[in-house]
Amino acid sequence: MTLPTPGAATSPRARWRRLVASDLWHDFTRSPLPMLAAAIALLCLGGALFAPWLAPHDPFDLARLDLADSHLPPAWLADGRATYVLGTDDQGRDILSALLYGARISLTVGLCSVGLSVLMGVTAGLLAGFLGGVVDALLMRLCDVMLSFPPILVALFIDGVGRLLFPQARDLLAFAVLILALTLTDWVRYARMVRAATLVERHKEYVQAARLVGVSTWRLLRRHVLPNVLGPVLVLATIQVGQAIVTEATLSFLGVGVPPTNPSLGTLIRVGNDFLYAGEWWITLFPGIALVLIAMSVNLLGDWLRDALNPRLR
Amino acid sequence: MLSYLLRRLAQAVLVMLVVGMGAFSLFQYAGDPVSNMLGQDASPAQRAQLHAELGLDRAAPIQFARFVGRALGGDFGLSLRQGREVSALLAERLPATLELSVVAATIATVLGIPLGVYAALRRRHWDAKLTMAVSLLGVSLPTFLIGIVLIEVFSVLLGWLPSFGRGATVQLGGWSTGLLSVDGWRHIVLPAATLAVYQLALAMRLVRAEMLEALRSDYVKFARARGLPDRVVHFGHALRNALMPVLTISGLQLGGLIAFSVITETVFAWPGMGSLFIQAVQFPDGPVLAAYLCLIALLFVAINLVVDLLYAVVDPRLRVRDAGVGVRR
Amino acid sequence: MTGPLLEVRDLCVEFPTRHGALRALDGVSFDIAPGEILGIVGESGAGKSLAGAAIVGLLEPPGRVCGGRILFDGQRIDDLPPAAMRRLRGKQIGAIFQDPLTALDPLYSIGHQLVETLRTHLPLDAAQARERAIELLRRAGLPAAEARLGQYPHEFSGGMRQRVVIALALAGEPRLIIADEPTTALDVAVQAQVIQLLRGLTQESGASVMLITHDMGVIAETCDRVAVMYAGRVVEVGPVEAVIHHPAHPYTAALMASVPTLADAGGRLAQIEGALPRPDEIPAGCAFHPRCPKASQRCGQERPELALVLRTRAACWWPMVEGPAA
Repeated sequence: MTLPTPGAATSPRARWRRLVASDLWHDFTRSPLPMLAAAIALLCLGGALFAPWLAPHDPFDLARLDLADSHLPPAWLADGRATYVLGTDDQGRDILSALLYGARISLTVGLCSVGLSVLMGVTAGLLAGFLGGVVDALLMRLCDVMLSFPPILVALFIDGVGRLLFPQARDLLAFAVLILALTLTDWVRYARMVRAATLVERHKEYVQAARLVGVSTWRLLRRHVLPNVLGPVLVLATIQVGQAIVTEATLSFLGVGVPPTNPSLGTLIRVGNDFLYAGEWWITLFPGIALVLIAMSVNLLGDWLRDALNPRLR
Repeated sequence: MLSYLLRRLAQAVLVMLVVGMGAFSLFQYAGDPVSNMLGQDASPAQRAQLHAELGLDRAAPIQFARFVGRALGGDFGLSLRQGREVSALLAERLPATLELSVVAATIATVLGIPLGVYAALRRRHWDAKLTMAVSLLGVSLPTFLIGIVLIEVFSVLLGWLPSFGRGATVQLGGWSTGLLSVDGWRHIVLPAATLAVYQLALAMRLVRAEMLEALRSDYVKFARARGLPDRVVHFGHALRNALMPVLTISGLQLGGLIAFSVITETVFAWPGMGSLFIQAVQFPDGPVLAAYLCLIALLFVAINLVVDLLYAVVDPRLRVRDAGVGVRR
Repeated sequence: MTGPLLEVRDLCVEFPTRHGALRALDGVSFDIAPGEILGIVGESGAGKSLAGAAIVGLLEPPGRVCGGRILFDGQRIDDLPPAAMRRLRGKQIGAIFQDPLTALDPLYSIGHQLVETLRTHLPLDAAQARERAIELLRRAGLPAAEARLGQYPHEFSGGMRQRVVIALALAGEPRLIIADEPTTALDVAVQAQVIQLLRGLTQESGASVMLITHDMGVIAETCDRVAVMYAGRVVEVGPVEAVIHHPAHPYTAALMASVPTLADAGGRLAQIEGALPRPDEIPAGCAFHPRCPKASQRCGQERPELALVLRTRAACWWPMVEGPAA
């Protein structure tokens, strides 16, 4: 029986070849749903990334807004106009453009907060797992407590505290508070996961042998624990991006998210909500659809990834 | 059993203390505690008096002790935004939130568990797959969006159901209930449905996953090998084992309900604790936030305790561990 | 003369994967006579457990039977509809699996599990079933059986649990019992007791046993006949004494030689060169030929069938007619 050699063949080419030959890729290219989800997610990502170039109008350029163009329905309806494909809001802003920019904000906040969460969580988990003792005990208590509260509540609380502390926060600071709130809500999951994996590895004989020989802890962690743990972390992160986006949208919808000068999809939905009774459904519906598309495609990908990487469910 | 209970209680008290410290910090340092207690329009003399009373020049631990003392008595000061006593505000809004949560929880459980079991037993069938796809939708859709869509369909387009408020409520002692009037029920349907969607989808997915896991277990295999009929294998053995972890999650579900009630109450202008909380975050209103933190923490700790106890009752492995006739491996 | 109770002919079990179907069992054939104990021995991964699972129709998907026939009491059972198969299980064919702890539902008392099994197969009311259950436990060698009825699986030790499992498997009075590694998860001291129990109970009732194990000692003590499996095939089958002392197949001989005895004390442990082939890399011809000291070109090309050699049947082109190699 061949033994796996740790750290073997790590050149990018070799890794790509391994990926393509792996069961994971095989399953992926044969399942229509995850491929569709990935395609949609990529599309949204691309659209949001290149918003400034893709958007037909600039919704933030106050000079070019024309009130005469306000309250227009989507282009395919009676009063619609071709230049405003998805209609306009009460200030004459093009919904499609606002949507693209909003998606951009939503995705940025989502990805940033998850990225920071992963960083924070993985580090904490590695430390706790390896150092053990008081550090570990404290971390576990903290995780238990934080995980027993629903993320929305935690995010809301941290946001509230942030507002209490910085009542005059504008723009960048407001964003920072929001991202921090989302990050702090989530990092415990990764910490817990990584800590468990670290504990398992730490007690394995090769680790003890390596320590005897004098291999530094850092090297051990990096070469052996980290690779084993990145798979589940990736799955979790994918699912959490979806949740982060939804949480941010919810916070913005409730008026305590992004500052109003940079509306995300949640803000747009909130603004549009007021016009539902007036029959102008497009102002809220299209941002809503965009949000759902992004959240669902990311969730689907994460779900599929988790099932695919779980050997027992095959 | 008793020692276990005592240990859990001690843990609970510890957690509450930590939470209390957090709430205290919110109350004291984020904002002005004197204003928190007296409101914005107190005279300088009143402020000076309270300042001395609160012992704001005393050491922090003493202030904390006093804070805890007041909190235990239900006094969290005055709301910055409304100038009224926080405790009174919370008490006023509690029934609304509680009723909404209970109705939503009932819907989610009564529909969620059977659907999850069905999806597990008929795993490869198209309708089970469809159910799971819909559940994915339910978990991914943000609650506020669901609320908006429901309002759009049932209120704006169809005009069947109202979209805000509680409707006519009946006062039962200190409790105002909306469940005793038809109008009250008409008002609770949409918000409860909105709230239930996420919980329902979650419950369904969880039950399905646990059932599938149970169906692959050795005891199910042995049960089949003994020739037990499918009904007994699936419901007697697999389901009962699957429901164990669902029990813990139910406790957490209650937490989810509280969280999402915050959103639902805002969308439907439901006068509950949730909308109060949002207003406190928007404003921001320190005392209300502090009180809410303590209340929620208390609720969660209590729920966790109850769930743990329930587990001990339902799972024979956790019961009294004395000698008995058998030797433990 | 009655025919064999169980006949397995050319049984094939495969697992579809993206590389093609993997044959885990390839042309397995053996018989079990009424009242006899047949041992199925081989290394881990040889396919022994699969054979047992296939017979009771409890193969885990995506595994499936892809060829051959299984006859029980002269009737085909491999193509029965699920409902008919279910009626067979427990009543005609019982099964015991490896790990007694996980075989019992932790949430129900053993009394409950016994009663439900009894009432499934026999027309008893609750009180009668309870009496029967106590009787079964007593026969299984559990002291204070009546008090034990209300206890839960985790309150028993491993050996006792396996006795409960045996009692459960025998509750429906099956004529064939498939015991898949019943002693592997137990302490050595307890193993002997459990095997004794199994043997005693089945002799009493006249049931046959298919004893699957990798422990040659158990086979030697308990079985009447034994089949040796290698890489999903049966390589030798015959009376226990003959297979152990006069094996005809080189693999069997090597297996016997590798079991250390007191006489070998101090010498090197005998090993078989190489390792069991993976299911997707089974050699052409005889599966054992890469590791066989007597292999010839024919062994690599033609697959041998079971043929009578002295007192056993072996699938080999060069069976050993004298005793095992020194």
